[in-house]
Amino acid sequence: MNPINELLEKVRPEMNFMESEDFVEGGFLDSFDIFTLVAEIDKKYLISIDGEDIIPENFKNIKTISDLLRKYGVNV
Amino acid sequence: MNLVFKKKKISALLAIVPANERTFEEDMAKFNFTTARSLKLKKVMGYDRHRVVNDSVCVSDLACFGLQFLFDRGHLERDDFDALVMITQSPDYFMPPTSNVIQGRMNLKRDMLCLDINQGCAGFLIGLMQGFLLLDQPSIKKVVLINADVLSRKVSIRDRNSYPLIGDAASIAILERSDDPSEIPANLKMDGSRCEALMIPAGGFRLPSSGVTSIMEDDGENNFRAKDNLRMDGTGVFNFVQVEVPPMIADLLRIAKVSIEDIDYFIFHQPNKFMLQKLADKMKIAYDKMPSNIVELYGNSSGVTIPLAMAHNLSEYLIKQKMTICFAGFGVGLTWASMLLKVGPLTYCEIINYP
Repeated sequence: MNPINELLEKVRPEMNFMESEDFVEGGFLDSFDIFTLVAEIDKKYLISIDGEDIIPENFKNIKTISDLLRKYGVNV
Repeated sequence: MNLVFKKKKISALLAIVPANERTFEEDMAKFNFTTARSLKLKKVMGYDRHRVVNDSVCVSDLACFGLQFLFDRGHLERDDFDALVMITQSPDYFMPPTSNVIQGRMNLKRDMLCLDINQGCAGFLIGLMQGFLLLDQPSIKKVVLINADVLSRKVSIRDRNSYPLIGDAASIAILERSDDPSEIPANLKMDGSRCEALMIPAGGFRLPSSGVTSIMEDDGENNFRAKDNLRMDGTGVFNFVQVEVPPMIADLLRIAKVSIEDIDYFIFHQPNKFMLQKLADKMKIAYDKMPSNIVELYGNSSGVTIPLAMAHNLSEYLIKQKMTICFAGFGVGLTWASMLLKVGPLTYCEIINYP
């Protein structure tokens, strides 16, 4: 499984993220879920995502999250 | 806006917290979220317990309790101060000012200034600035700065965004002139165009409270609140803090010609642990120099988190020695402010329970 999917499942195990193209608009991730996801990402990859990057646009789907991680040197 | 003050100090500090404590687990039962999801939030945001008043308690009750404590123990004389500055967003009444209510209840002298300021998360710093300005008047030798809020009374218990973090508290700081000639740099910015990011929509003259404003509505994320309740745009406020606060602190340190290593502690307003740790990461400040334990122990009591953080974490040092502290407050308004101040030795620095 894609490591981003694994992290998303940790945050919202009851949701099937494959069903959504926009996690934020679709109600899969609220603002506090995004904070939880960032904490999981920071822990897994030993990085600290800059607070300025913690905006809904960066967490819309697998691609935007992958793009964000690439900025921090993490290729998934 | 950059500001400079000279020869002013905090000489003493008291924090007052309600004895009534709620735990996050108690709150969870009211939220429309799974237990697992709420517990993840608890861990990330640093929620654990918070102090909240019973429904009839007002800020003047906390303030008068604290003042009486200081009078009884001889830390402060009833007629020994010339201005009472009250910072609150939860006044007893629209009118009269809460500072006058306190003056009357405590039988304080008439020859004094009572002044209310409506400020929140940056309120302690706005109060320090106002108090220091007043001390430039020859007839004002001592200022009592009270910062207090009981905003839990305005937060919906079914709002997971706000209820688990809200706390009630008060602080009383005594401000006086100092012999220390070093400058006290500060800065302040405001952006009213984003004033709706943190607000209580109803209850003022624009939208008076009514049956309609008390109706609970789902915000689309399973949080239920009415227009009479506090509303916070969590993502917007988080982003505002991360964008605006680091350059503000960098400016302050640059103007003061000091580095992060020269600062003993960074005492910032505490909305939640995650927000503060992200700020610390960005500014490369060690977590142990920026305490973030107030939300988990007491809750977020607006501007009072700053004096409460001092009293909880630093009291044993501050009564013995001088420390260089970088303060920052940010939030409702939107307002963000900071100050670099040498604090201590204080004549007292304590936290007491109400009642």
